[in-house]
Parts: sequence; structure tokens; C-alpha cells
Amino acid sequence: MEKFKPHISVEKLNVFYGKHHVLKDITVKIPEKQITVIIGPSGCGKTTLLKSFNRLIDLVEGISVSGDVRVDGMDIYNGKIDVTNIRKKIGMLAQKPYPLPMSIYDNVAYGPRIHGILKRKELDRIVERYLKVAGLWDEVKDRLKSPASRLSAGQQQRLCLARTLAVEPEIILGDEPTSALDPVSAKRIEQEFIELKKDYTIVIVTHILRQAKRLADHVIFLYMGEVIEAGPAREIFEDPKEARTRAYIGGEIS
Amino acid sequence: MNLKLTRKLKEVIASRLMLLITALSSMLIFVMILGLFLKARLILATQSLPELLLSTSWHPLRGEFGFYPFILGTIWVTVLAMFFSIPSCLLTSIYLTEYASAKIRAFIKPLIDLLAGIPSVVYGLWGILVVVPLVKDHIAPLFGYPTSGYCLLTGGFVLAIMVFPVLISVSEEVFRAVPHEVREISLALGATRWQTVKHAQMVPRIKGIIAAIVLGFSRAFGETMAVMMVVGNVAQVPSSVFQPAYPLPALIANNYGEMMSIPLYDAALLLAALLLLLIVLVFSVGARIVLLRIERRVV
Amino acid sequence: MDRRQLEEAFFKGLMIASTVIIVGILFAILAVVLLKGAPLLSLSMLTQTPKGGYYLGKGGGILNAIIGSLYLAFGATFLSFIIAFPIALYLQEYARNRFASFVRLSLDILWGVPSIVYGAFGFTIMLYLGLRACLLGGIIVLTLLMLPIMTRAMDEVMRMVPHELRETSYAVGSTRLEALLRVVSRQALPGILTAVLLAFGRGIGDAASILFTAGYTDHIPHSLFDPAASLPLAVFFLLGTPLPEVQERAYAAAVILLVIILSTSVISRLLTTKWTKFVIK
Repeated sequence: MEKFKPHISVEKLNVFYGKHHVLKDITVKIPEKQITVIIGPSGCGKTTLLKSFNRLIDLVEGISVSGDVRVDGMDIYNGKIDVTNIRKKIGMLAQKPYPLPMSIYDNVAYGPRIHGILKRKELDRIVERYLKVAGLWDEVKDRLKSPASRLSAGQQQRLCLARTLAVEPEIILGDEPTSALDPVSAKRIEQEFIELKKDYTIVIVTHILRQAKRLADHVIFLYMGEVIEAGPAREIFEDPKEARTRAYIGGEIS
Repeated sequence: MNLKLTRKLKEVIASRLMLLITALSSMLIFVMILGLFLKARLILATQSLPELLLSTSWHPLRGEFGFYPFILGTIWVTVLAMFFSIPSCLLTSIYLTEYASAKIRAFIKPLIDLLAGIPSVVYGLWGILVVVPLVKDHIAPLFGYPTSGYCLLTGGFVLAIMVFPVLISVSEEVFRAVPHEVREISLALGATRWQTVKHAQMVPRIKGIIAAIVLGFSRAFGETMAVMMVVGNVAQVPSSVFQPAYPLPALIANNYGEMMSIPLYDAALLLAALLLLLIVLVFSVGARIVLLRIERRVV
Repeated sequence: MDRRQLEEAFFKGLMIASTVIIVGILFAILAVVLLKGAPLLSLSMLTQTPKGGYYLGKGGGILNAIIGSLYLAFGATFLSFIIAFPIALYLQEYARNRFASFVRLSLDILWGVPSIVYGAFGFTIMLYLGLRACLLGGIIVLTLLMLPIMTRAMDEVMRMVPHELRETSYAVGSTRLEALLRVVSRQALPGILTAVLLAFGRGIGDAASILFTAGYTDHIPHSLFDPAASLPLAVFFLLGTPLPEVQERAYAAAVILLVIILSTSVISRLLTTKWTKFVIK
């Protein structure tokens, strides 16, 4: 086993959707301040695994979860824990950019407001800062009050990134965050991720192998609800141990 | 060839017939407005509309038809019903869409549908048996008002219950129309469920919610029987919720068809009906326009 | 617990409370009406007309109202189906978009028109034609009242039928009418029946529209031009009398009305679940 400081560690995670066994005995560790990419064919449970990290799977009716997910050593499925604190710590970027039905400014300020920051000056500062981090500031600084829905898809996804960062998370989850974007916008988002890994732990789900190779420091290969192989990106891509990993990377199963 | 012709003929005849029926039916609303207006015109010729609406003197025998007490009665009952029903219905619909499990929803939804089907005279009967004594013996004494129980408060409460199902289903629709992503995003940012409802679902959609409520009420505005059975029907300007009132629909129901010998009496009552119709029309069209606009902007 | 959690708990509590209250009121209504009326449902109540004079008589039952209501509701349901079904079909296929949305809007507005206005309007027309309160008048006004409900409900279910199904039917060469009758209507059949039952339920329970137009009588109508009693008006009129024996008949009428409404609602639910099995999803 390689040694690193795990930010999220998962042990014997089992997820059932009704009678359907979606995730089977998942045990993995997510390294701190690196980009971890979860790969695997569609329908293998990638998104479910991602959403179990911030307990967004709670929203799915009829789901049951057992096992351990620890963030910074804290068991997040413990009943006594305040789930909103977990989610504040773990930001999430959805598949499609989805601005909330309000202005650009209010989109970024939404999270901080929720968490009790109401002073205008402070909000202004936060909004500017994170729009800059997301590389959107110059494009929108003159129309912060206009509806976010008027932005292009690529801009919207960067806005979503700014919105996610504005609550100051430690971990960012991305569920195929570039799949709805044109190639140029997708490239920009990828670059953002590479910049951001200095300060954040990043977990991305993707089914695009080339993207995984470009971004990943660490790879988890999921197949039919099971972790087949996990480890440093170079090992997985260049010298996979498992036959199924080889087959997937070779393009034989998809 | 022959078969083909018959089929074609059938198609043509059927589509013409359907067009005719459809066109006639959609004209019905205009026919009603016109018919009521033609009758109501007779009284409008003797007195101006503002005079009729603002006068408090209702003495048909003397030819005085002041609608003010009845209009006020209608407004009061409606406002009271809104006061009772809006908060509880919004909360219930939020509970059903955002919090309740599928099992609970599957239990409660049919019950609410059932509530919608209960005839208004049954609500009225229940009002007489339960709400009237409750107001008379328990609620009014708390405030030190003597009352028979047949009063505005009772009418408003019974009407509120009748509005529940419509209001719950229209506001549920508004909340259900919120895309699942909005919910996810807000929760993923660490908001509580209630914060999500309040900031991401209610505030940006406040216009839609108001429109839905207005739409719900336009259906209840002219409700006649249940209210009439419990509200007392005294032609006066009420000064407290424990006093009886006489809403417009009750006025029509109690008097139309009788005392037709009094000149202009039927014209006055049909003017009341026309007023009800127009108010409902304005509110429901207005609410629909707002809702349509919102839909377009989101899509 | 911080403020946010407190707020969450507070509002969740309020929501559960209001849901419980609303459901509780429903049960209270059912319980009060059933407890009060059910013991009065004797054979004579169900099979006799009132004895002794104009609705103040002490003996007898409410057969006049039961029969009257069934005549009124079935007649009106039948008539409005004949009108509503073609409109719903027409809206699916023939109407161009603008016209269709105009028709839908006008029907939606009609749906909201208070039933007392239907009653007043209907009676005005009847006076004009020289008719007095009668079964026919009641049926026609109820038809107008049910028409928007039935049409819009049918329209909504037919709109749910996937367009591909219609295209499949065109592809084998059927005319628009044939596609509508054979494919769309069949696919939407459970929904259509539910729409009919919905309108029936509204119609049989409505009092304000038939108050002037159908009248009230102790006798069972023998022709369309006789006045007809009805259950909702029985509740209303008999409750207004000072005699407890007569009031009892009002309670009985309310229970019968409630039972009819509940059974239509249950039947439509059963129909929907049973029939949707054969519908292509």
C-alpha cells in the first residue's frame, strides 16, 4: 500500500437502492490535496459513490447505506453529526452547470449567506475573490446583478465553481463536470482543477479516459459497483494489475 | 376507392363537427357575461355603478340597492379564509414535496383529493354542527363577544377548509416545478432543508406562489352554500369577525327567483352575479398570465 | 444546536403540525357526518318519499332526493360527455396552437366560475324561454358546470399520450380521426373514465347551480319538465327547518351524498390502477 494522508476514507461501504446492490463493499482512501479520478463504465456506481461522500444520496428515496465514510477521521454517517457541516466542508460541482434562479452575485453569495455572512462589504469581497479564482471576474464584473441564466454554459460552470468555493470547502467533488461543455470551456475547467489542487482535495468522476489521464494523481477504477483497482495514476494507467482494468483502459469494455 | 372516400368523408365531417362544438363551448363564457350584462343593464340605467357599489342602503322595496355590505361581507370572508388557509397550506405542501417520504405522501395525497370531493353542503352541515357551537361557546367568549356562532369567523374558517385541497395542490405544483438540481446545489453548499426551501425555492418564486394562491382563491371566491349556511346572512357592514355578514353569493342564492314582482330586484341580483363572474375572471386570467410568464422565463 | 438548526426544527414542527391538522379535519368531517347520519339510514328513509305536506312533514324518507340527484347527475354526466369528448379530441390534433390555448384558457376560466353564477345565468335563460324550475333545467345547468371540468381533465390525460403512438398509427395510413379514436382514446381510457367520474362527483354534490333551476319537491319527477329534488338541496333545505325529525333527513341525505362521493373516488382510483396495466408506458 502506498502511503499518503487520507482526507476521505471509506470502509466497507454498501449502498442498496431498493433490492439493487449499487455499491459493494467499497474500501478506498482519497489522498489530501491531490486530484483523485473515479473511472469506470456508465452505471457502475461512480456518481453514487461521489454523492455518498457528502451524503447527497440521502435525497434519493428508498436508498440504504451501511459502512463507514470518514472525512478527517469523522464518521459522517453517525446520526449525531450535523450533515450541513459536512456539506459545507465538501463542495460539489454537478454534471450540468446549474445556476440558481437569481443574479450572478446572489449565486456566489448564496452559500456565505446561508452560513450567516450578511454584511454587504464582506459579501462583496467574497464574491469578487471567488469569481476571480474561478476565472470569471473579468467577464462579469460589470453585470453582477444580471440573471445568471444569461451566461454561456462554460461561464455558468465557472460560476458554479465560484459558488462552490465561496463556502470555503476543503474538498471539491465533480460529477463529470465538463460533460455538458464545449471543448474550450472544458479545457478551462480542467486547468482550474489543476490550479486548485494546491489548496483543495479534489475528486472527479469521469468516463473520458483521456481526461482522467490529464488530471489524475490518483485513480479509482469502479466496475459494477466494486472497486477493482485503486492507486497512483501512473501505476493504474501504465501497469494495471487487474485484467478488467487493462480491458477498460484498453477500450475493450466501456 | 369507395372505402377510402367514406373514411375521408368521416374525417371531414367529424372535424367540422368537433370544431363547431369546441368553438361554441369556448364562447360560453362570453355568452354568460353578455346575458348577465343585458339583464343587469336595467339597474345600471337607474343608478351608476359606483353608487351601487358604495351605498350601504339595501331596501329593494324602495328601489335602493346598495351592494356595499355584501361586497364587504364577501371580502371579509375571503380574507379570513386566506388568513387561515395560506400558512397551513404552504407548510403542508412544503412538507409533502420536500420532507415527507413516499409512503407518507401516498397516504396523505388521496385524503386531500377526497377533501376536494366533499360537497359544499356537507362542509356547511359540518360547520353548523361543529364550528358554530365552537365559536359561540368557546372562541367568542375568550374575546368577550356575545355571538350566535353564525358569523364571519365561522364562514371564513369553513371556507378555508374548503380551499385547502386546491391551495395545497397548486402550491405543490409550484414547489414540484423547482428542478431537483436547485435542491441538490443548495444542500451541497451546506444549507439546511428549510434554508433551501426559503432561499432557493420560495424567494425566487414568490410571484409564482402568489399567482398560485390567487388562482386557488379565484375558485373559492364565489363559493356559496357552505358559507351561506354558517355566516348568518344579515345585511349589515360587519364591525367584528363575530358579527354575521351577507356575502354576494348568498344574497343571490337566497333571493333570486323569489320576490320577482319587485321591480329591478332581479336585475340587481344578476348584477351581483356579473360582478362575481368578472372578479373571478380578472383574478384567474391575471394569475395565469403571471404563471405563464414565469414558466417562459425559466425555460 | 445553533440558530439554523433551531429554525429547521421549528419549521419542520410547524409543517408536520399543519399537515396533521388538515388530515385531522378531514377525518373530523367524515366522522361527524357519518356518526350523525348513519344511524338514521333506515329502510323507510331510503325507500319512501316524505309524508305529509311540503317538506315539513314528519314521516317518510328522502327517496325523492336520491332519485332526483341520480337523474340530474347521470343526465348531466351523459350530456357533458357528449360535448366534452369531441372537444378534448379536437384539442389534441386539429386545433392549431393558438386556438387550442384560447379554448383551454376559456375552459379554465369557466371552471372557476362560481356555481351560483351558473345557476343565476341558467335560470335567467329559463325565464326567458318561459320554463319553470324542472329536471331538464337542472340537467342543462349541471352540464354547463361539469363541462369545463370534464373537458380539461380529459384533455390533460390525452396530452400525456406519447406522440410516437399517434405517428405509428399514421404510418399505417389511418386518418387523424381514426388515430384519435383507436389509439389516443384507448391509451387514455383510464384517464378519460377518471375525468368522467370527477365531473360526476362535482355535479352530484353541487347545490348552488340547481337551486333555482331544478327546484325542490317531495315527489319523484315523472317527466323532464317536473321539478326535481336533490340530495345537496335536501341537506340545505331540511337543515333549515326547525323540526328535529326533518333535520334528521338532512343528516341522512348528507351521509348518502358522502357515500356516493367516496365510492366514485375509490372506483376511479381502482380503475386507474387496474387499467393502467394494459397501457403502454
